[in-house]
Amino acid sequence: MSAAMRDDLPSPGATAGKETDAYNFAYLDEQTKRMIRRAILKAIAIPGYQVPFASREMPMPYGWGTGGVQVTAAVLGPEDVLKVIDQGSDDTTNAVSIRRFFAKTAGVETTTKTRAATVIQTRHRIPEEPLRDGQILVYQVPIPEPLRFLEPRETETRKLHALADYGLMHVKLYEDIARHGHIATTYAYPVEVAGRYVMDPSPTPKFDNPKMDMCAALQLFGAGREKRIYAVPPHTRVRSLDFEDHPFRIQTFKQPCALCGAEGVYLDEVVLDDRGGRMFVCSDTDFCEERRAAGHQGMMVDPGASDPSPEGEGGSRRKARDGWGEARHAARAGKRAAPSDGLRPPPPPYGGGSSDLPSDTAAEKREVVAKDKAGETR
Amino acid sequence: MSIALAPGFTEPVFDAQRVFRALMDATARPATVQPLATDLVPPAPLTPELAAVALALADHEAPLWLDAALAAVPAVAAYLRFHTGARVVETPDEAAFALVAEPDAMPPLGAFAVGTDEYPDRSTTVVMAVRTLAAGRGLACEGPGILDRADIAIAPLPGDFLAQRAANRALFPRGIDCLFVAPGSVAALPRTTQILPEG
Ligand SMILES: [Zn+2]
Repeated sequence: MSAAMRDDLPSPGATAGKETDAYNFAYLDEQTKRMIRRAILKAIAIPGYQVPFASREMPMPYGWGTGGVQVTAAVLGPEDVLKVIDQGSDDTTNAVSIRRFFAKTAGVETTTKTRAATVIQTRHRIPEEPLRDGQILVYQVPIPEPLRFLEPRETETRKLHALADYGLMHVKLYEDIARHGHIATTYAYPVEVAGRYVMDPSPTPKFDNPKMDMCAALQLFGAGREKRIYAVPPHTRVRSLDFEDHPFRIQTFKQPCALCGAEGVYLDEVVLDDRGGRMFVCSDTDFCEERRAAGHQGMMVDPGASDPSPEGEGGSRRKARDGWGEARHAARAGKRAAPSDGLRPPPPPYGGGSSDLPSDTAAEKREVVAKDKAGETR
Repeated sequence: MSIALAPGFTEPVFDAQRVFRALMDATARPATVQPLATDLVPPAPLTPELAAVALALADHEAPLWLDAALAAVPAVAAYLRFHTGARVVETPDEAAFALVAEPDAMPPLGAFAVGTDEYPDRSTTVVMAVRTLAAGRGLACEGPGILDRADIAIAPLPGDFLAQRAANRALFPRGIDCLFVAPGSVAALPRTTQILPEG
């Protein structure tokens, strides 16, 4: 992957703190931070509304979470403890690079422990452990506009949000039901925030949507390429869109985590060999490790054993036990070997339709939809 | 200028970050009192906390408006212009931040920018210096950021503040966000916060 982080960033020195320093704390200059901070305050005051901001060039390509990185940079102080996760894992290239970036440019302490972190930057997951008051969860967002796939014109989507006219979204979800018998969307599942704005929760699995509701932590969303910041204050209602006769449901898994035995958590499928052997393990690596450290044990699946397929969408597929994070990353990116550059369009905010996706994504989506359809019991 | 300007933040980068975090905590948890430490010594009647908010957030893209008490002392505008680079505007609805030293004498909230339905973020944040800012009996508040209910005592306030806030809330998503500062502390009543009737 050529998309490496710039490695020549200066380290914080003894004179840190003066605006005249040769380097900027957390990379961004003070003018940029002020602009982002003003946007963050307005975003919190208008929950779910997308505040435009003048996104800056960062020493990493779009798709590496430049929006999330800018939000984190504007928020972070010397006393913060930062955790970075990518699809639940602290050890993917993306997560490690961002963590190093802030350790280097801001000198902050970093951690993999959800509990120890004051700021958690995430791509595609919400930690399993409930977040607490005072924590800040920063999401990396590729496409912030939930209506984008229904109405490509920004001027029009802005009008629809202004009027709280979300009829298009409901029609699309209902078409989903007509076609598949249920709402086929499995991630980036649209939510309504504080009874007003419909918001894209970023490409997290819908499994995580309930964690956003009445969450004790402050949730901030940054989209770099699309230049938008939005927020959900703590203790705020976040409702997944649904219908009375088709209530929102999260994925469920038939078996507990093969490593730690956890139930009711989001699992990833790990391919153990090329003979079809696989197992399902926690997507949240810190959660899984903590449980194992505390003595919890799963029934490590025999590689040749029968199929432990989940009821719902079986999370993503990892390729092998070594380099799990990378494999998982690759699985989400359509089974490419290299980590995703993130520039692949995310799936539309609901299943079906959309033929303009790259073939690997479309195939992945079909697979997901098929699995979901097979797995849902009603 | 015949008088020397008082200094700005001692550590601009870290002081601005700390002040912002206090304001963010306050906005995310409306009607709670958050610590806001600052060692600024601005010209009176600009309070250290009003100055801290301005220095942390105002610049050439985010103009300031001063209430009558602050505008009456030229050293206040000079201090703010020097340390923020922000324009000090005459009309309240041109301001990103309105600084108010005497809340009981300020113009109605409706005089400030409330944004548009399509861009409700293009609105004024009104920052009021108050004498009393404490958790407890006073305004009973509900809304995003508040678990169940939060009670906060704020004084002084404009005489018809509750009616003004109710009218402000009816504009949602447009509206004014209010910050209150007192020595060493800050609290927020963003537009989403509903103040319950007396009780
Ligand atoms: Zn596990």
